[in-house]
Amino acid sequence: RSAAAVNCLYFGIFSLCRPCLTNSQAHTRARGVQLLSEVLLECYEELTEREVEVLIAFYENRLKDHYVIIPAVLQGLKALVSDCTVLPPGSAVSMLRSLFQDVHVQVRPTRYYLVICLPFFFLTELKGLGADFVFGFVQSMDGERDPRNLLLAFQIAKNLIRRGYNQGKFTEELFEVTSCYFPIDFSPPPNDPHGITKEELIQTLRDVLTGTPKFAEYLLPLLIEKLDSDVQSSKLDSLQTLASCVSEYEHKDLAEFLEGLWTSLRREVFQTSSEKIESAALAALTALTSCLSRSVLNSDSEDSLSAFMDLVLKDCKHHLCEPDLKLVWPSAKLLQAACSASNRATTHVYSIFVFIHDNFNYLEFFPTMSYFFPLVVPEDVNMFSDFREALCTIAFSAISESNSNLQITAASVLTSLAQQKGLLSEADIQRAVDHLCRLLLIEDDDRVSLAVVECAGTLAELHPDAFITTLIPKLKDLLLFHSEPMDQDREASEQNTHHALRQRCLSALAAVSTQPCVVKESTPVILQVLSSAHKGNQRVYVQNKGCSLWIMRFCFCFVQTRVLFLLSQSSCGFLLCVFNADRLAAQTADRLVSLFLDGDVSFLPDNSLPANICLLKVCVCVRVQSQLVCLLMACVCSLPKTLEVPQCDRLLLELEGLSCTSLHPLSYTSAAKCFAGLVNKRAQGERVLVSTVELYELDCSSSSVRTQTFTLLIWVSKALLLRYHPLTSAFTDKIFSLLDDAELGPMAADSFSLLMSDSADVLSRGCHADVRIMYRQRFFSENSHKLVQGFNAAPQGRPDKPNYLKALSNIVSKLPQQVQVTELPALLSLLLEALTCPDGGVQLSTLSCLQPVLINPPQTLIQQLEALVSRLLVLISSAQMNVRVASLRCIHTLSYFPVHEVLPFRARVLRALAKPLDDKKRLVRSEAVIARGEWFLLGSPGGR
Amino acid sequence: MSSVSQLENANPVIFQRSVERLLTASDEDEEIHDPIDNREIFDLIRSINDPEHPLSLEELNVVEQVRVQVDDVGSTVGVEFTPTIPHCSMATLIGLSIKVKLLRSLPQRFKIDVHITPGTHASEEAVNKQLADKERVAAALENSSLLEVVNQCLSPRGL
Repeated sequence: RSAAAVNCLYFGIFSLCRPCLTNSQAHTRARGVQLLSEVLLECYEELTEREVEVLIAFYENRLKDHYVIIPAVLQGLKALVSDCTVLPPGSAVSMLRSLFQDVHVQVRPTRYYLVICLPFFFLTELKGLGADFVFGFVQSMDGERDPRNLLLAFQIAKNLIRRGYNQGKFTEELFEVTSCYFPIDFSPPPNDPHGITKEELIQTLRDVLTGTPKFAEYLLPLLIEKLDSDVQSSKLDSLQTLASCVSEYEHKDLAEFLEGLWTSLRREVFQTSSEKIESAALAALTALTSCLSRSVLNSDSEDSLSAFMDLVLKDCKHHLCEPDLKLVWPSAKLLQAACSASNRATTHVYSIFVFIHDNFNYLEFFPTMSYFFPLVVPEDVNMFSDFREALCTIAFSAISESNSNLQITAASVLTSLAQQKGLLSEADIQRAVDHLCRLLLIEDDDRVSLAVVECAGTLAELHPDAFITTLIPKLKDLLLFHSEPMDQDREASEQNTHHALRQRCLSALAAVSTQPCVVKESTPVILQVLSSAHKGNQRVYVQNKGCSLWIMRFCFCFVQTRVLFLLSQSSCGFLLCVFNADRLAAQTADRLVSLFLDGDVSFLPDNSLPANICLLKVCVCVRVQSQLVCLLMACVCSLPKTLEVPQCDRLLLELEGLSCTSLHPLSYTSAAKCFAGLVNKRAQGERVLVSTVELYELDCSSSSVRTQTFTLLIWVSKALLLRYHPLTSAFTDKIFSLLDDAELGPMAADSFSLLMSDSADVLSRGCHADVRIMYRQRFFSENSHKLVQGFNAAPQGRPDKPNYLKALSNIVSKLPQQVQVTELPALLSLLLEALTCPDGGVQLSTLSCLQPVLINPPQTLIQQLEALVSRLLVLISSAQMNVRVASLRCIHTLSYFPVHEVLPFRARVLRALAKPLDDKKRLVRSEAVIARGEWFLLGSPGGR
Repeated sequence: MSSVSQLENANPVIFQRSVERLLTASDEDEEIHDPIDNREIFDLIRSINDPEHPLSLEELNVVEQVRVQVDDVGSTVGVEFTPTIPHCSMATLIGLSIKVKLLRSLPQRFKIDVHITPGTHASEEAVNKQLADKERVAAALENSSLLEVVNQCLSPRGL
């Protein structure tokens, strides 16, 4: 469409409208205007400036017309101002004038819409209107009751203030016309289509009232007045408004109202009726204080902050002096609120401590002292340092009192003080630790010891050195060297006291063990305590039901501090005894299993473990979590047979996986042991897992997990051997077959020692394992020939040949002596062979097997005397001291053989024995002296 | 020795035996060299049986640790023994037993000197001379009856 065509169109429309617009009937005129407005709404962008000017003049003129027409007129104007680009200068001002002058109440929403829109576009132009505009606005909104209009009006007022309109002499009027609605009391009718809420109104009105410091002199008295009202919502609104208004104010705006404000705020806190109001009052106080602290002072103005703080402190001190101490807590809250506003305010507030210290029998007041802590942590410790001395004196004298309330409070005060980095000197910390030690040892009030332990825990985290040097040695001394009074005459109560003391010491020890350096010190103590508990003389407190939980926490603490190496197998035994003694074994097992299988950490209070921790999964990180499986083992493997291990099948599967894949020795060994412990207790007939696939790994020499698989094999074999399981031989034969394996051979030989000996932590009778009597003899008699065969079959000179000898000596040395004596003759040749084996361990175990046999030598042995003597004489110059000693003992025993058999060797033996007389070890020399003395007596007159 | 039926000292004073040497950690340490010391020498001789009484030399206070001097580096051992009575005819035999015990128990490098504590025996000088003479000691041990008595003195008691 060309411009000409559009012009033509407008002309046509105007022509059409003309009759209507000039009609004498108001309604008809209204229809005409409406048509025009709707057309404008459609195509105003086509209009030129000149045309707009004409239209505005027309509409302004129409505003004076009958009220029926007004809505249509406003609609038209709205269409015109929507596109501001072509509005001629000055038209906005004239439009507003006309609006304020001519439009009446009924159609205000649209009118306000215009008022809102216009300032956005014609700011500079409307500024010229200045005070007139404000006045017009004030007049127009006076008496407004419609919430929709009010909302718009408040928004306009806010804009007026924000945009810095010159309010001239109308500031007070503007305040009056808006503040008369404060506090808003409005409840929208149900199904209100406009959706205006009370909160919206409150917020927009607050924005108006708090928008400018110019309102301060009117607003503050108003707020003070409203605070006096009994209406809760009014109080709350006032407090919130106060908090929000001071952010814009300066100290001079506030100065004259401070006292009134403080009185009101104080009243709201002291005689508080609702928590909401109280916290609003405290927030307002904080805002107020922070406003005062922020203001820049002139050289001649007084420091209103210190004036205000004096006011606050005066009242609070007054309440501290009241004998009933009723208002101490509210006072403390007020001070805390003020304190949090600024560092300067904090300094003022801290002077309260000096006051307490100087003027007051503070010990009476002290129990409420903890309310002042933690006063907000000052960023600058130096600020605190002026009051450090007063605080410390108070705290230390309180902790020295015998009143338990005082002690508890003092402990918490010390905790807060110690948390301020750099506040307490080394000497103070030392003093605090000394006090804690003392309380721990003498005080048997549960609450006190709880507070002390807690305090010690916090302090130890920040100042570990003081605890390492003082507390831990003391606890160690007490726990390890002051054994419980076993005297029957002592009264039971005294024994109980003793147990309580130990319990306290243990929990303190656990609490302070948070830093690695402390754990390093405390762990040996704990382990020693556990080991003495293991010996059974302190069952009573081990049986405490929380004990295992505590131990577990301790262990997790180990893991987190990477000192698990201290918790190696040996200590597992102690843990085991603890779990064993725990009457809640089943529950503990349940928890542990779900922890390990499902990562359920919920039962360990305040742990720092990640959720969904996977303890049975192989990981490569430095902190190998999977080694915790030794804990699991200690627990589930020590369950009595009557208790079923929860989720046993799944557990076995996971353990098998871990033991065959982990690269961490403690992890896979523990997993294998745990697996074995469970297998040992499986009901007869239940499937023994260990998939054959795993065993194939052993046959595959290139496999990377052979060691792991072999470890599992050994432990499972042991588990089955102990209970005479029919599958035993399948597993043990596998071990025998591995003796000639290049890689695993030596390990297989060593493993027989493991098979034949009792292990402390798993598969023992102590942990209710299924152990048949004489399983060793049985194993020996069933399998010894395999070793002899294997040895004989192995070609001479093969490196794996000694493995058989080693295996044999490992088995034989664990057999009871009676069995050795009867069984050995058959194996003699092998044992003699073993003496030539270069392995010191084999030599030693063979010698220790031989010696008892030599006392009553069988005929076969006498026949091989030559071999025996020469081999023994070689061993007396062994590099290993204990081999030298053992061989000398054997040579000594040989002197008791029938004289005619050994006499031929006398000279040779005496010559050989001259050398060890000059051995560097005294033990060897004395054995040599005895042996040589005997050989001298052999066949000599007066001898034998 | 001529009148065995008649004891020369029928009622000797008996002394307490010292306790066994305590085993220390260094004794079990392979790396540490234990020097031969006075106590070790004393332990060798203290259990020698008295020819006359069923008592050891230690119990009769014939040998004492303070009268044992050893120099391991210099390879010398000096033992003084104190006969129970100044006219004891057994002095030579006791000295011989001590000497033989040491010869059998000490490395060959040692020079062994056994003599009577000065001023405790009437024929001190003669006995000392006999004990110091290698030839005479060797000759005495060729004498089977003398060797028998010495061996009896050196036999562990209770066997």
